[in-house]
Amino acid sequence: MTGTLDESAVSTQTLDQYVPLLGAAEIDELRALAGPLKGRRVQMVNSTAVGGGVAEMLTRLLPLMTDVGLAISWDVLAGGPDFFEVTKAFHNALHGAPYEAKSADFEIFRKYNEQNRPLVRREADFTVMHDPQPAALIDARTDHRGHWIWRCHIDLSRPNRSVWEFLQKYIARYDGAIFSSPEFSRQLPIPQYLFYPSIDPLADKNKELEPDLVRAIVENFGIDTRRPILTQISRFDRLKDPVGVVRAYRIVKRYFDCQLVLAGGGASDDPEGSQVLAEVREEGNGDQDIHILELPAAAPLEVNALQRASTIVIQKSLREGFGLTVAEALWKKKPVVAAAVGGIPSQVIHKHTGLLAHSVEGTAYQIRYLLSHPSLAARLGEQGHEHVREQFLMTGNLKRYLSLFLHLLGGNGK
Amino acid sequence: MKTATQPFQFVTASYLTRINNQKATNLDELRLGLEHTSDESIFYHTFQSLGRHHFLTEGFSNDFAQWTLAALNRAQLAEQLAGVDIRDYTSLADLRGDLHRMVTDYCEAHPRDTHQCAFEPFYFCESVVVTVPLASHAHTLAEFREILMRLSHASFYNHFIASRLRLQLGTNDFSHWFTDSLDLPDLARRANRIDIYTNTLDSARDELVSLVDREPNR
Repeated sequence: MTGTLDESAVSTQTLDQYVPLLGAAEIDELRALAGPLKGRRVQMVNSTAVGGGVAEMLTRLLPLMTDVGLAISWDVLAGGPDFFEVTKAFHNALHGAPYEAKSADFEIFRKYNEQNRPLVRREADFTVMHDPQPAALIDARTDHRGHWIWRCHIDLSRPNRSVWEFLQKYIARYDGAIFSSPEFSRQLPIPQYLFYPSIDPLADKNKELEPDLVRAIVENFGIDTRRPILTQISRFDRLKDPVGVVRAYRIVKRYFDCQLVLAGGGASDDPEGSQVLAEVREEGNGDQDIHILELPAAAPLEVNALQRASTIVIQKSLREGFGLTVAEALWKKKPVVAAAVGGIPSQVIHKHTGLLAHSVEGTAYQIRYLLSHPSLAARLGEQGHEHVREQFLMTGNLKRYLSLFLHLLGGNGK
Repeated sequence: MKTATQPFQFVTASYLTRINNQKATNLDELRLGLEHTSDESIFYHTFQSLGRHHFLTEGFSNDFAQWTLAALNRAQLAEQLAGVDIRDYTSLADLRGDLHRMVTDYCEAHPRDTHQCAFEPFYFCESVVVTVPLASHAHTLAEFREILMRLSHASFYNHFIASRLRLQLGTNDFSHWFTDSLDLPDLARRANRIDIYTNTLDSARDELVSLVDREPNR
């Protein structure tokens, strides 16, 4: 691995470590797909080496790409505070937040992309730019050697028009774009591919835990492991509708002696988060069976244990990105009741890998139904686990990249 | 032990999903989509959907039926769409025609349902296939069995399900080889009868292995 990164930040995972989970045949197949690509050079560019979902994904994906014989480099944009202020504003605007775009902002964006041009490795066979920040580096593509891909990790379904029109001029010059959901994509003159976000089954958040450890962690939060546990893991954010979850729990509570766990971060560093947390507490009205847990930003073992100890996992968002907490729960064979928003319906196939709901009452009804039918709940959990194995694991992400590279080379890697 | 006139060359296939920026928010738009979407899209939502969801052995058939039930709550049409068996088709045009006819007939019979808004849209996508030969050839049934046992889901799916369209013969690669290269038409017929709707890829493979094990000319 080369580039401007501290290489210790990259995990040392190998494909063989996935054999016990996925079987040798699936891993051999990845190696077979990678065979024609051996030695091909891939450059990944994003805007941060640590923190954030993209960096986390790259630290886990790139060692696997190296393991199958690709020559990988990962480079990170350099920029001043003004650049990151502008790109953060762009990010929010692309998600639909109100934003008055100024020409000076576009100029700052262009200036830093121009300064970063030396990052571009002209010898790369595949250049993958992640998110809007490095999108204008396409200007450094002076000849048509290599294939350039723009990987968009954000939801572009309702973008600020002026920001998108500015970016689109760059994006349209790539050979293809990758989106996390068809819903998040835009009309573009280039091919668009669907790459689901993925979880790593070997990460602390998802790895197998001993039942004793799960019990110890959960009991440490004051949760009774002998009674049903309903859990929603998410930031204290109105769009995750934690108040709606409490209301659904209240309906369920009339029929089942259950507990509710609402666990997440975002309350200490975000004024709106603190307000939402206060509203949730008020709605909870001192109910001792409602456990509101403020977790630190990185608490993977706690999240893992809470999901594993849950009877049912809820994701009652009003709006959602992809909602990977659903895949995390399904991987742990948990029955999930979730809202049909964002990327959730891709994960929860109604009545097959979980149950979808569209209201507080609907959520409560689906939870009651699952609590009354434990064999159905177990079947949904099992099928959900298989669905994640097929679609939402890091190894699947690797397979999609390999397939895309082969496709771009004409199907056989030559 | 019989030796095949031609060895069986195993390949693996990986499917990229291409987003084609077409969506349906009601039955009328589904009907229009079925009329105009690409063949690769019909393949993605039927043949390939079965492969992606092979672990669902009860009540899942294709994406159109699932959406009609889960997002539109139209059980009658969903049931009809789910009843479409891809094994009956050697051409995507015929498959598209039947799906389109079912939705059109339903819309004509239930005009008030036609523009009812779905809970969530249906996004048309399409498959882009990439195939890579594996370093595995079988010259005999014994060799075939050994390789079959360690075949990935994608490779098994490619030979057993997707091949039906490629061959356009109402059969699969394995059965085709049993007949053409090993002169075992009974085994080919039995293999072709394995139900891909009620089996997972693993259990279909297990059934095929047990058929091979019972073959007297093995």
